[in-house]
Amino acid sequence: MSEAVLAVETPGADAPGVSGARQFWRRLRTRRAALVAASAVALLVLVALTAPLLTALEGQDPTTYHPSLVDSARGGVPVGPLGGISADHWLGVEPQTGRDLFARLVYGARVSLGVALAATVVQLVLGVAVGLAAGLGNRWIDQLLTRVADIFVAMPLMIVALALLAVVPTSFPRPVLVALVVGLVSGWATLAKLVRAQTLTLKEADHVAAARLSGWGTVRIARRELLPGLAAPVITFAAILVPTNISVEAALSFLGVGVRPPTPSWGQMLTSANVWYQAAPQYLLLPAGALFVTVLALTVLGDGVRTALDPRAASRLRVGTGRKGGRS
Amino acid sequence: MNGFGGFAVRRAAGAVVTLLALSVIIYVVFYVTPGDVAQITCGPRCSPAQVQQVSAQLHLDDPLYARYWHFLQGIVAGQDYSTGTSVQHCSAPCLGLSYQSDQQVLTLILAKLPVTASLALGSMVLWLIIGVGTGVLSVWRRGRLTERLLTTVTLAGMSTPVFVIGLVLMIVVCGQLELLPFPQYVPFTDDPEQWAWNLLLPWLSLALVESATYARITRAAMLETLTEDHVRTFRAYGVGERAVIGRHALRGALAPLIAVNANNIGVLFGGAVLTETLFGLPGVGREMVEAVKVVDLPVVVGMVLVTGFFVVLANAVADVLYALADRRVVLT
Repeated sequence: MSEAVLAVETPGADAPGVSGARQFWRRLRTRRAALVAASAVALLVLVALTAPLLTALEGQDPTTYHPSLVDSARGGVPVGPLGGISADHWLGVEPQTGRDLFARLVYGARVSLGVALAATVVQLVLGVAVGLAAGLGNRWIDQLLTRVADIFVAMPLMIVALALLAVVPTSFPRPVLVALVVGLVSGWATLAKLVRAQTLTLKEADHVAAARLSGWGTVRIARRELLPGLAAPVITFAAILVPTNISVEAALSFLGVGVRPPTPSWGQMLTSANVWYQAAPQYLLLPAGALFVTVLALTVLGDGVRTALDPRAASRLRVGTGRKGGRS
Repeated sequence: MNGFGGFAVRRAAGAVVTLLALSVIIYVVFYVTPGDVAQITCGPRCSPAQVQQVSAQLHLDDPLYARYWHFLQGIVAGQDYSTGTSVQHCSAPCLGLSYQSDQQVLTLILAKLPVTASLALGSMVLWLIIGVGTGVLSVWRRGRLTERLLTTVTLAGMSTPVFVIGLVLMIVVCGQLELLPFPQYVPFTDDPEQWAWNLLLPWLSLALVESATYARITRAAMLETLTEDHVRTFRAYGVGERAVIGRHALRGALAPLIAVNANNIGVLFGGAVLTETLFGLPGVGREMVEAVKVVDLPVVVGMVLVTGFFVVLANAVADVLYALADRRVVLT
């Protein structure tokens, strides 16, 4: 961590009279890593949104089988060099089925980002609601909700998610179900505890006391006076939740209990990739790379968001980073 | 020591309460589903008569609290299961009977536990060495290229799912270089050497992913401690950098490390689902995936209960360990 980073962060970024949101963007912009990550995420979102257009451009779709493009005599290895890469199939075709890999990859981005974002919304709504209720409610409500949150924090995510996915009837739309299960099982409880602690602090603030004295109801106080104060920690937490949710969705699909075929998913593609890595290495490398880049970009962006929202935490960690100051 | 004994007892009581609450949640979620519980429990191949029998055994016609009480009774006191032709006694702690495989759930889980324990404990040794080592090194070399490099590698490790790292390792090490055989579980009691060789890759894959978290925790906690007043005092007294980092700053990272490690081990004992599935290790986690695929409800529920038990147990042990390690902790 060089002096340059420190120098960029301190002056200018916190000019007086600039609104909180503007300050946030200014601070985020000064971090190069966060900026690169944000661009990568924007690109991914764009790919996910325009998946039908992109595949139309290629002239393919993610579900059509192309038996003529795989060699059934050799167990379904793609015909042609490099796993069947051609002008028609930009990234080759899937072994055995001959489905277009490019189309499956970009549609996979839809599933990955869509499920992760939906799960995050579930976690945010649940976490904020439970946290606010615990922070504002009486002692009994608080005790009960905190206990329940404690249990959910300790819950083994993967096992419970697997179990829930097993018992819900298969007629339920699968991506929605996966998003719901991931959202309900993980993340929200930690957020609820965070929101509760923050609410307890905010409750004592003057502006909240003033609102109460003016006869405002609890719901109105929560919405108008507390939620704005909760925005920063909640946004920070959400930024950490999204990449985690992406990993979990990929893991569940990898295990074969996530989204069901023919819906494409990166995790699902990796399930059988180890069989084909010699004949069609991109069948392994593409979904693995996509997953890695997505999670990495979102994690770096999350880090950037955190430091931009709470510069104190960042500078706290950087105190004493001068070169071995203690030796003298 | 009296205060400590009291603390341990209170902590154990708290763990029991948490477990009971967990069992209520699990019971309600899995046995009060909209579908036909008896049919799901029994499996798709059951005759109507068998389904009838399961329904009677689970007391499905009773009110909810009575059903739950019966479920709890089975766990604490054991239960007899009539399979039509014979009666099977399932002694306490009885987690029920898998009607699909005609085996007791606990027996099924215990048979797989050595595999999972081998994987989890061996990997723990590696991730503590790699993770804490990386954290300490990046604090020791802070402000230099080494730190930035380590931080980047750690970030990459945190962004890679275990099945991706494991898959790549397996293809490179076993497939291309042929340095190791494709992992196949050999019990420790049969051949300790083969046991270790076969588990090496799973250990490493899991450890690489996990150690990223430990490196981050270690680094953050150590940097935080370095800013504290007592460290400044040590430095003023002329304590060297090596001692400040190795002895005092590292102690600050002990609490979060114990807590995270305990929770991790607890979860892993309930099944390292992804690692076991990828490497084909016949552990608890793979058993869970198999049970989920055929919807073997008693096994699924039993598995969740056992994992919850391990997590609660591990967290309680961590609290006690931490109180022992650091006398400044207020025992409440």
